[in-house]
Amino acid sequence: MIRKILIVDDEPNIVMTLEYAFKKKGYEVFIARDGSEAMEILKHNVPDMVLLDIMMPQVDGYQTLEWIRENEELKNVKVIFLTAKNKSTDVEKGMNLGVNKYMTKPFSVKKIVNEVTEMLA
Amino acid sequence: MSNYALILIIFAYLALLFYIVHWGNKQSRSRWVNNPYVYTLSLAVYCTAWTYYGSVGTAAESGIMFLPIYLGPIIAIPLWIVVMRKIIRIAKHNKIASIADFISLRYGRDKLLGAIVTLVCIVGTVPYISLQLKAISETFKVMTVDSQFDSKNILHDSTFYIALILAVFVTFFSTQKTDASIKNRGIIVSVAFEAILKLAFFLAIGIYVTFYMFDGTTDIYNQISQTENFEKLIGFDGIEQGLDWFFLVLLSFFAIFLLPRQFHVAVVENDREKHLKKAIWLFPLYLLLFNVFVIFIAWGGKLTFGDTVNSDYYTLLLPLQNGNTLIALLVFLGGFSAVISMVVISTIALSNMVSNNLVIPYGFLDKFVSGNSEGNESYIKLIRRVAIFSIIILAYIFYANFSVQMSLYSIGLISFVIIALLAPSFFIGLYWNRGAARGTIAGIISGFIIILYTLIIPFIIEAYGTTDYFIQNGLFGIEALRPHALFGIDFLSPASHAFFWSLIVNTIVYLWVSISSKGNYRERNYAEIFVDPKVTSSLDDNAYVWKGEAYVIDIKNVLIKFLGVERTERALSLFFRKYDIAPDAQLADARLINFSEKLLTGTIGGASAKILISSVVKEDEVSLVEVLKILEESKETIASNKLLKDKSRQLTELTSQLKDVNSELIEKDKQKDEFLDTVAHELKTPLTGIRGAAELLLDDADEMTPEIRDQFLRNILQDSDRFARLIHNILDFEKLSEDREELMLKKYNFRETLKHVVLSLSQVAIAANVRIKVTTQRDVFIEYDEDRIIQVLTNLLSNGIKFANKEDGIVWVQYKVSKKVLNVSVSDNGLGVPNEDIDFVFDKFYQSKNQNTIKPEGSGLGLAISQRIIERHNGTIEVVNDEGGGANFKFEIPVNQQ
Repeated sequence: MIRKILIVDDEPNIVMTLEYAFKKKGYEVFIARDGSEAMEILKHNVPDMVLLDIMMPQVDGYQTLEWIRENEELKNVKVIFLTAKNKSTDVEKGMNLGVNKYMTKPFSVKKIVNEVTEMLA
Repeated sequence: MSNYALILIIFAYLALLFYIVHWGNKQSRSRWVNNPYVYTLSLAVYCTAWTYYGSVGTAAESGIMFLPIYLGPIIAIPLWIVVMRKIIRIAKHNKIASIADFISLRYGRDKLLGAIVTLVCIVGTVPYISLQLKAISETFKVMTVDSQFDSKNILHDSTFYIALILAVFVTFFSTQKTDASIKNRGIIVSVAFEAILKLAFFLAIGIYVTFYMFDGTTDIYNQISQTENFEKLIGFDGIEQGLDWFFLVLLSFFAIFLLPRQFHVAVVENDREKHLKKAIWLFPLYLLLFNVFVIFIAWGGKLTFGDTVNSDYYTLLLPLQNGNTLIALLVFLGGFSAVISMVVISTIALSNMVSNNLVIPYGFLDKFVSGNSEGNESYIKLIRRVAIFSIIILAYIFYANFSVQMSLYSIGLISFVIIALLAPSFFIGLYWNRGAARGTIAGIISGFIIILYTLIIPFIIEAYGTTDYFIQNGLFGIEALRPHALFGIDFLSPASHAFFWSLIVNTIVYLWVSISSKGNYRERNYAEIFVDPKVTSSLDDNAYVWKGEAYVIDIKNVLIKFLGVERTERALSLFFRKYDIAPDAQLADARLINFSEKLLTGTIGGASAKILISSVVKEDEVSLVEVLKILEESKETIASNKLLKDKSRQLTELTSQLKDVNSELIEKDKQKDEFLDTVAHELKTPLTGIRGAAELLLDDADEMTPEIRDQFLRNILQDSDRFARLIHNILDFEKLSEDREELMLKKYNFRETLKHVVLSLSQVAIAANVRIKVTTQRDVFIEYDEDRIIQVLTNLLSNGIKFANKEDGIVWVQYKVSKKVLNVSVSDNGLGVPNEDIDFVFDKFYQSKNQNTIKPEGSGLGLAISQRIIERHNGTIEVVNDEGGGANFKFEIPVNQQ
């Protein structure tokens, strides 16, 4: 079965590395530049995993996560926060909203791919 | 005018005064009663019948000799702000009720000195009061013409009855309270009212004579200058008369301080020190107004009557001559006012002195000690009442026997000369701490002997004597002892002559005896309190030196005898609270002794207070050296207390400053934290890109297509640049924020600077398909740091390029100089700044959401840095959205810095 993954980040260079790595592992990759684009995509697709940046223009990561968690069809979707924020208050806020994992920038692309694969196994 | 009608008017007027006093007492706390105008007008008690009638008489007889009596006060008054303030402060603090109290307090509450000062005041004032009676009696006669009341039988003499009425008036209002230092507002208001009346009516008669009877001042002058002896009326008769003038000015200079009635209104009845400020210009003005018409009335009278009538009463005779009874009646009432206010205040002041400094300490103390408070109170009141009647009757007797022959002016002068006996001990004592009671007593007595010899005995001889051999040839025929020309000083008038010699002898004796006597410690203690301005200004009970053993209960018993239980308890509890003493303390200290003496001073006088208190305490002798040491210590305590207070205030201030700084620091710290957090976030973003790309290149290089590999390498370069730019901007921003960098200010042509920026951005603009339109082409020379302004312009223009319309982008730049300020505007035809963001665009790391690229090239610091740069140039920067929608950034800086 082909795993689907949605990458949400407004930094094209970062998106590019993740897209390359996951595609190479055989994932079907969706890309959104911010929260509203992500929601648009999620209306038509149900990925297995969302990699979500927090600091984005317009709709940020927290809002997007909240929206996902309120959506019945997306209840099995796992979400990982990718962010440069690593203050405990930020982590807590994400956990309360129902995030599955929290990874801080700068991260190892390889490690993320392994982590995601493990979580979906 | 019928004498019954006049008597009726007099009674009506007295009734009005009764009402005013009553009203004033009821309103004693109101603004109408306690104000600087009432205070100033009450000082005008100085202007008595002597002024009212006597000035005109003097002006008619001897020209400008009437003036010095007013020049003295006018010269003295400005000094009040220093001298009188000090006197008032000391007097209030010590509950001083009269000048006798004041002088005796300065010399250690000396009993004998208080009595002597009182005697001097009686001797100086009684003739003065009799002068007032004389004025009333004579003006009464002038008014009624019919002289059936002029009888040697006192029961038929209207003056006697008027004197009695005055005595009743004074008694009724002045002896309601036993504490003589308590103010009597009603009386003062009536005096102020009378001051207005006498001035108004005197001005009225002045105007009447000058402008109705004559044709103005020039007319009178022209007429009088035709008469003989005119020269004598308008100038000095040589240097001798000039000296005479000088002494008379000095005499009245002293009088304004020392006359018992002046001391009473100026010091005892002073409500607030600051009233002095108004009095020092208003009172001289009052005196000047009073003298404006004197000379013209005198000349008018002389022209009308020649030498046929008493020139003192020209003011009455002139309107009567013209058949104008109403004006004459007003003048009469004005003079009557002058008399009443003088008599009332003088007798109040004298009766306080007589009871507190003469009668009580010399004979009634023992009686009081055994009595109770109510009994004592009514006894003290009785003494005062008897004193008032005695003084007025004494004055009447003096009037009936002596003053008929004398002019108003000369009786007034005798009073002044006698009162001036107090001058050395009063004035020198205020500023010289060695002045001693013995010196004062010796000085006053020897001065008085001189006056007796040079003025009073000749005066009696002239009035009754059969021969003036003594006056012409001196005692035992020795020429040097001629009473009016002692030791050959034969060019002064008798009054100036007597004043001159008594002042010299009095002063020398006072100084000499003071220096050569040892003085006692109490006297020196008060001397220090009076003289030392530091002690005077704080007037602490601590400045009082006393050693010995005393019990609170004994002192309390004494106080109760005079003040009653309730007042004593109240006063003591206030005292204990003030000095933080336990209310059940048994042993009294120096402060309580001093406080109690002060409490009693108003009621029974300073000397008696001292005697009474010392009768219940066991006092140890303190040496003079010790007094000075203790005083020095208390001065130091006061000074160090003040220092401590200052220090503690400074500390409080410092603490609150520290608190402010601390909260500011906390706020700064928080901002710094947030800033660092944001900086870290911003730096991590390109780092993540670099790391990811490098990782993939390392692991996967072989399997990648060359295009992807190149893309990753390009990304690495791009992110590295971004990283470097961020660091540069952060440092730049910090440098500007902290003001660490000096601006390189010079005059530049803004047109050239702008041209440079536009040129450097032209490639970028072309690439973005945006046109830059500079709509102003004018040379303007502005002072700025060119690199920095280029930075701002570059930032604003590249923002414009970035956000301008994609299809047909335009960025407009224009500038102008107006009111020495350069205004620059950079606008584009893009979408503008979102309304919710317009307040934040200059915040650091703000990045617009309306960008047309996925991620801006910028660091988020460009506008923040621009704002700092403009602020450093003392300018402002703002953004508005144009009507067309695009953003319009405007900044302005002054043409010249500084």
